[in-house]
Order: sequence, then structure tokens, then C-alpha cells
Amino acid sequence: MDGIPIHFYLGVSALLFFLGLVTILARRNLVYILLGVELILNAASLNFVTFSRYGGNLDGQIVSIFVIILAAAEAAVALAIVLNIYNVFKNVDVDTPSELKN
Amino acid sequence: MYFDYTNVLIFFLVGIGFVGVNMVVGSLLRPSKPNPEKNSAYECGEDPIGPNRVQFDIRFYTVALIFIIFDVEIAFLFPWANSFQEFKAAGLGGLVFFEVLVFVSILFLGLVYLWAKGDLDWVKSTEAQRRAALAHRRAEEAKETAADSAKSESATELDLTVAAEAGHH
Amino acid sequence: MTAAHIAFAAFALITVVSAFVVASHRSIVHSAFGLFFTFFGVAGLYLTLGADFVMAAQILIYVGGIMVLLLFGVMLTPSRRSDFVPARFLRALTLGAIVLVGLLWVLKNAHWATQELASPESTIDEIGRQLLTREQYLLPFEVVSVLLLAALIGAAYLARRRKIVD
Repeated sequence: MDGIPIHFYLGVSALLFFLGLVTILARRNLVYILLGVELILNAASLNFVTFSRYGGNLDGQIVSIFVIILAAAEAAVALAIVLNIYNVFKNVDVDTPSELKN
Repeated sequence: MYFDYTNVLIFFLVGIGFVGVNMVVGSLLRPSKPNPEKNSAYECGEDPIGPNRVQFDIRFYTVALIFIIFDVEIAFLFPWANSFQEFKAAGLGGLVFFEVLVFVSILFLGLVYLWAKGDLDWVKSTEAQRRAALAHRRAEEAKETAADSAKSESATELDLTVAAEAGHH
Repeated sequence: MTAAHIAFAAFALITVVSAFVVASHRSIVHSAFGLFFTFFGVAGLYLTLGADFVMAAQILIYVGGIMVLLLFGVMLTPSRRSDFVPARFLRALTLGAIVLVGLLWVLKNAHWATQELASPESTIDEIGRQLLTREQYLLPFEVVSVLLLAALIGAAYLARRRKIVD
């Protein structure tokens, strides 16, 4: 937008991606990993909208709407799986379901 | 375009400011005399027992799930509703209406599925759970008594035939 | 220093600070509420980019829907202790910083072919047109309904309480 270079938006998006990556790497709780995935999806979506604005067409915005919808479907299914894991093992550590291996 | 949204921004700022100012004024005016009993969690006057994070009923999750899927549907219908008149003026009204009808009816199948499975029914699903638990317990008891009778009745041959007959029934 | 700069700075600050809270707080409830503010900040950034429909979708779906779902996820899986380990967090920060440095290097050195910016218009009309035109996004639009149906049935099936066979 008026007088703000594209680097600023891309920088914010890179920071969001970085923080999402840190969340995923540093935690063992499955719900935390989902929070990190949401951060990364937001970073990607912000990139799409930025390029849409500075590139002069609307495709980026439509892709970012699809990203938002994908995130909704992903969160619904992933949390249902997490709840099932919790019901069986009584915790949500990422390593617990490896008991499924024989 | 930005001008439309400065209204929203001012609305937000006034809302946040109203809450903030009231909380600051409240904290300046009210007396503050904390003691351990006052600071403990309130459970009808009893001493609190156990952690404050208890597990919620999973049916809350099902309701939230249904909500989010149809929330997304509404978000998708909004641009259609916005540009429908324009399509109609271009003579494409029927086609565009049909496109959206396909979209909505595919999701309607999901609603039918949930309805048929009883996920929308809060009271009935507790009733179904209770009944399932009862049936399960009855089956267990029947199995136990069958095992018991088999053990005791294996003593005499006569009883064995009776048990075999009972097994046929 | 125009109003645009101030708005961008405020929203970017909200986004990054609350995302840092998500990554670093000991309590998962606080992290989830941090994510709430991150979503709001990103919605504000969309607005400064002139993407008003994406902002509305972000608030409607992310803040109103996904956030509720994630909070239910947090409440439904209570765990006794925090899983925040400072050593692991520092290791993750180091690894992430390598990726961040790479990204910022690309950001600095790439030649971004940006256009002369037109004054932003409301984009919702154009998005509605493109979503329902066959040559553009009609097929993805219809496929989304199948995706949502699959997610709905799959997740409802998984969430149904039933006897665990042991």
C-alpha cells in the first residue's frame, strides 16, 4: 500500500513462519503442534495476499481464501484424531502413538 | 476504501478504551485487602479439590465441528450473493444459481448424515450412550453366568445335555 | 509517516508479538489466546493490503471458528505439566533462526518486480465473479464442498464417543 515496500510484509510473513517452526520444533504436545501449523498457514496466506496486491491481480487473494478453508478442514480432522489419541493413551505427547507400531 | 474501515477501527479502539479505562478506574477506587482464603478458587465455600482443568464432554467438540463447517459454507456464499445480480443482468442467473445449488446440496448431504447418526441430538445421544452401556453390561453378565453354569454343570452328564439344549435356544 | 505506516506498524507488532507468545509461553491456554491476537493482527494486515474479503473470511473462519475448535482441543485434553523445556526451546530457536536467515537473505537479494500500486478498491465483487466463472475458479469452488463434506463426516465419525475395543 501507499509507500510501504513489499519487504515489510514479506518480513512479517517470514517472522510468522519462523515462530510457527519454533513452536512445532520445541513442543511435544500435539495441540501445540497444531497451533504452530496454523501460524505457518497464516504466514503463507499473508504472502499470497501480499503478492496479489503488489502483482496487480486477484489470484493470490482467492488462493488465500482456499488456504483458510483448508486450514478449517485440517483443524477439524486433526483435532478429532488428537481427541481419540487422548481417549486411548490419556496424554497427547507426539511420541505416544508410536506404540501403534508393533 | 480505507475510509469505510476507519469506522471499524474507531469502533475497536473505543471498545478497547472503554474496557481499559473502566478497569483502571475500578482498580484505583476499590479497596485491596487480599488474604489467602480470598485468593483461593471458589468452590461454593469448600476447599478446592483437584486440578482446575477437568475434561470437557466430547460432544462440545462435535457441535463446534459442525459449526465450523457450515461457517465456511456461509463465508463462501457471501461473494456469490454479492455478485448474483450482476450475473443475472448478464443472462447467467440460472447457471450461477445451479452452480451454487450443487455446492449447497453436497454440504446438505453432510447435514443429513449427521442428523441420521444423531450427532445433532444432545439428549438422545446421552440416552443412546446409557443404553449402549447397559446392553454391554447385560452381555457381560450373560457371558459370566453362562461360564459359571458351564463350569458347575459339567459335573454330571445329564446337566451337560441340558446346557447344550439351552445353548441351542 | 502517514496513517498507513502507523496502521501497518501496529498490526505487524500485534502479529509478531502475539506469535512469539504462542511459541514461548509455558501455558497452552495462554498460547491459544496469543494465537487469537495473531489472527486479528494478520486480518489487520490483510486490510492494509486492500484485501477486505480475505480479512472478513479470516475473522469469520479463523477467529470465529478455528480458534473455538482449538480452544475446545485445549480444554478436552488437559495435561498435568507444561511441556516447555528451555533447552529444547533454545535448540528450536537456533534451528529456526537458520531458516529465518535464509528467508531474509532471499528477501534482501531477490529482485521483486512490483507494479505501480493502484488505489485499492473493494475486491469482493471481483472475487465473486472469478469464483463462479467456469474458466477461472468454478471447479475449485465445487471441489471445496466435497472437501468440506469429507472433513465433516470424517471428523464427526472420529469424534463420536464409542466403546474402545481392547
